[in-house]
Amino acid sequence: MEVGTGKVHRVAGPVVQATGLKSHMYDLVLVGEEGLMSEVIGISGDKHVIQVYEDTAGVKPGEPVKETGAPLVAQLGPGILTSIYDGIQRPLPQLIEASGNFISRGLFVDGIDHKKKWEFTPVVKKGDKVEPGQTIGTVQEQLLIKHKIMMPPDKRGTIKEIHSGNFTVEDTICVLEDGTELPMIQYWPVRKARPSRIKQAPTIPLRTGQRVIDGFFSLAKGGTAAIPGGFGTGKTVMQQTLSKWSDVDIVVYVGCGERGNEMADLLHEFPELVDPRTDRPLMERSIVFANTSNMPVAAREASIYTGITTAEYYRDMGYDVMLTADSTSRWAEAMRELSSRLEEMPGEEGYPAYLGARLADFYERSGRVTTLEGTEGSISIVGAVSPPGGDFTEPVTQNTLRITKVFWALDSKLTQRRHFPSINWLDSYSLYDLALEPWFMENVSPDWNKNKRRAMEILQENAELEEIVMLVGSDALPEDQQLTLEVARMIINFWLAQSAFHPVDTFCPYKKQFDLLKAILEFRDRAFDALARGVPTDVILGTPSKDALAKVRLVEDYEPELARVAAQMESEFKTMS
Amino acid sequence: MTKEYKTINEIKGPLLFVEKTEPVGFSELVEIRTEKGEVKRGQVLDTSNEVVVVQVFEGTGGLGKESSVKFTGDVIKMPLSPDIIGRVLSGSGQPKDGGPPIVPDVEREIAGAAINPAAREKPRAFIQTGISTIDGTNTLVRGQKLPIFSGAGLPHNDVALQIARQAKALGEAESFAVVFCAMGITNEEAQHFMADFERTGALERAVIFLNLADDPAVERLLTPRLGLTTAEYLAFDLDMHVLVIYTDMTNYCEAMRQMGAAREEVPGRRGYPGYMYTDLAIQYERAGIITGKKGSITQFPILTMPGDDITHPIPDLSGYITEGQLIVSRELHRKGIYPPIDIRPSLSRLMNSGIGAGHTREDHRAVSDQLYAYYAEGCDLRGLVAIVGKEALSERDRLVLEFADAFEQKFVNQGRDEDRSIFDTLDIGWNLLQALPETMLTRIDDHLIKKYHPRYRKKE
Repeated sequence: MEVGTGKVHRVAGPVVQATGLKSHMYDLVLVGEEGLMSEVIGISGDKHVIQVYEDTAGVKPGEPVKETGAPLVAQLGPGILTSIYDGIQRPLPQLIEASGNFISRGLFVDGIDHKKKWEFTPVVKKGDKVEPGQTIGTVQEQLLIKHKIMMPPDKRGTIKEIHSGNFTVEDTICVLEDGTELPMIQYWPVRKARPSRIKQAPTIPLRTGQRVIDGFFSLAKGGTAAIPGGFGTGKTVMQQTLSKWSDVDIVVYVGCGERGNEMADLLHEFPELVDPRTDRPLMERSIVFANTSNMPVAAREASIYTGITTAEYYRDMGYDVMLTADSTSRWAEAMRELSSRLEEMPGEEGYPAYLGARLADFYERSGRVTTLEGTEGSISIVGAVSPPGGDFTEPVTQNTLRITKVFWALDSKLTQRRHFPSINWLDSYSLYDLALEPWFMENVSPDWNKNKRRAMEILQENAELEEIVMLVGSDALPEDQQLTLEVARMIINFWLAQSAFHPVDTFCPYKKQFDLLKAILEFRDRAFDALARGVPTDVILGTPSKDALAKVRLVEDYEPELARVAAQMESEFKTMS
Repeated sequence: MTKEYKTINEIKGPLLFVEKTEPVGFSELVEIRTEKGEVKRGQVLDTSNEVVVVQVFEGTGGLGKESSVKFTGDVIKMPLSPDIIGRVLSGSGQPKDGGPPIVPDVEREIAGAAINPAAREKPRAFIQTGISTIDGTNTLVRGQKLPIFSGAGLPHNDVALQIARQAKALGEAESFAVVFCAMGITNEEAQHFMADFERTGALERAVIFLNLADDPAVERLLTPRLGLTTAEYLAFDLDMHVLVIYTDMTNYCEAMRQMGAAREEVPGRRGYPGYMYTDLAIQYERAGIITGKKGSITQFPILTMPGDDITHPIPDLSGYITEGQLIVSRELHRKGIYPPIDIRPSLSRLMNSGIGAGHTREDHRAVSDQLYAYYAEGCDLRGLVAIVGKEALSERDRLVLEFADAFEQKFVNQGRDEDRSIFDTLDIGWNLLQALPETMLTRIDDHLIKKYHPRYRKKE
């Protein structure tokens, strides 16, 4: 398409109308003398409606609008990992060099370094037939992450030339028989999903090391989860803990409309974090998008797409990727804000009518897939929603729940009691439960599901009993029910509660989760036995081993300690009368 | 030369519609001269070849079709110099203390560019406010934005003043300034603040912006922007630690709604504009610390929740942007407890980075968690007691209930001029926890109990 220039006709906030353009929908254009990054979002008569990613103060009618002839693309190639981007893939550290501590306008910075040389090692040779998505060579992007250079998803052919050595991402490393020259870098329109061959069933759990998640409400690799929670429910800490501890290769964190100080915390903390599996900095396998709430709203809208596109790129290499989006409500609000500027007919609560469709499009880009090349990769999405006033019936939450399979109901009541993670065990659910059962039975313990259900039943009974206690007080309950209350309290305080700030407790392996729960259930069985023998409840509840059990989770090498407590428990119950 | 236009086609509420202009930039500053020669200022909200929409800050009273409009070709800027400290200015930045206009060293755009998140320093310096419910359980750190959510008739202003008076870093003496922005508060309230600033000598290190209840509502949209631009100058040019107090955000949001309605925008929740979140974020996010700069901006926005409703859009959206909130409780106020801060729904999100060994004391987190847990449980038990009476409670529950009462009386309650050190606050906490058996202190590690529990300390 011919690349032309038009003129600004009208400016109202981040929405600009321009005349004289030939651009297509979602094509990128540069507005005004400063060349502000913008996107065509509507065409009406001779006017193009343009959404500007930056502040439009000072832009006048009559200023030029330059076309680029292409939609908003992500730059994909070696050098993405460890990056910290804004919503439109501009690296924030480079923006500091370009404009100082405050972000000024009209800056264009490449998403990946175009000058840095990478050592490219081909894995195909002259004369080989190559298919879309096939690996033609590798680059050691980070010490432990091999970056596969793949054929673009829309190109195939026979290799005419392939080079090895040090190249920049723009250098031609491969020429096909038909004359196509391929550099390492790929450009992919962010609003379009990258293709894969088959989407697999969710049968492998994503290990998070959080007892309440792994044990009760587990997420599958390639699955989707929603964390709703009003403000102050511990959502952000939860998401950051997940980024740190989940067993995935690549972590993509999209901070969408989040707080600046929190992003700063993340940006300072991430580089310091050491990956427990490899002893390398966690940042080496992470990509962060930080578009804080005061940065331009249109870039916030784009950030989710930019994030998922980079995630898909690493998935295509056969990696397991986790994308956390914090928060999709802020994203939906950006959509609402832009929609209202466009004077579109509002749907529910002022959100645009296409809200549900956009959310579904985004979450559908998750999944464990067979890539074009035939390897296996996955993207798991954890999306936070922040319902206004904690009202779960609002449109963003409702639309999200229709799509996501896991729901971790963060509860502000639990936060107030300083119970973390504040996931409510009665309201949460995981629809992957059945699909994942065989895996746990095979890999952790045949009793995994049985114990989990027993614990759930105790908590359910506890909830019913608590209602009665609210009316009559706990003393009025029969002794066995008082015992149940105490056992439930143990499950809640010793097992479900987990401190993200305690060096040991912050991560709990499957085996430890199982053993701890098993010990609590053993206590329950012994306690009920003792009760049947006629031992009064206050004697049972006074056992020192019960309190000792509380601290086992804080011990790194817990097994001897747990064995000691179990032995103590056994002898205490034996001598009890 | 900038031209003057007499092509006002329509005046509606605070808006002017001007026709047939040369190209005018979005957000440009506008000067409007009435027939009588009075000059008002405004800002471009919408610009196109056909019509330019101008929002007038000082109200459209006295304007007519004969008034002339001058587009300055520049966005609104705040004149700044070190002399601004100690000045009292109007809500639109004009001197209000009878002093001379500010001779600027620099002029800054008031819109405020976003701080690059990668240039931000993580806030971690503990600020001691001398108030136990803040220092002990909702700790404030430098660079934080912590709003006070309150209701009509509650002593939030006293709390804010006490913070402004007592706030200090441990063991350091650094240059420190207060920027105070009043938006739509009554003359009486303004005097209360001014009197206290004068009484304590705080005026000498403060910059005050006053937009009172009878000043034009549109001007209110300018006030925090001016205040925060000043704060950024003091913090990042003059290396000062700046505390920004603005009250009342509810009035600011009402003004935004009023403008939205005048512009016939599609309203969002409860009639507030859809961009209110972004607008609030732009104000609140101007808090923080920048890597390599000595100064900092800490914000204390005050907002009154209409009908004490925390789900109202203003507190709700604020809570999503700010790093926690302090809730002033009517119930505690009625019990005669000052400061009536209810710690249960209150939260400081940055607390963890500012407490513990090296900041306050190693037992801070654990003590705070334990206090929270039993106070929350005790409050729940009160509901039960109302139905079944104290006699039906178990021994454990009775202890928890008594703990909650003692907590309110000894920990929450303190004098208006009582400046407690963080160590006093923690020790008060320990003394309260002493009433509970040691096995109940499940959130405190054994070695901390051995070290700080009064029972063991006495033995030493």
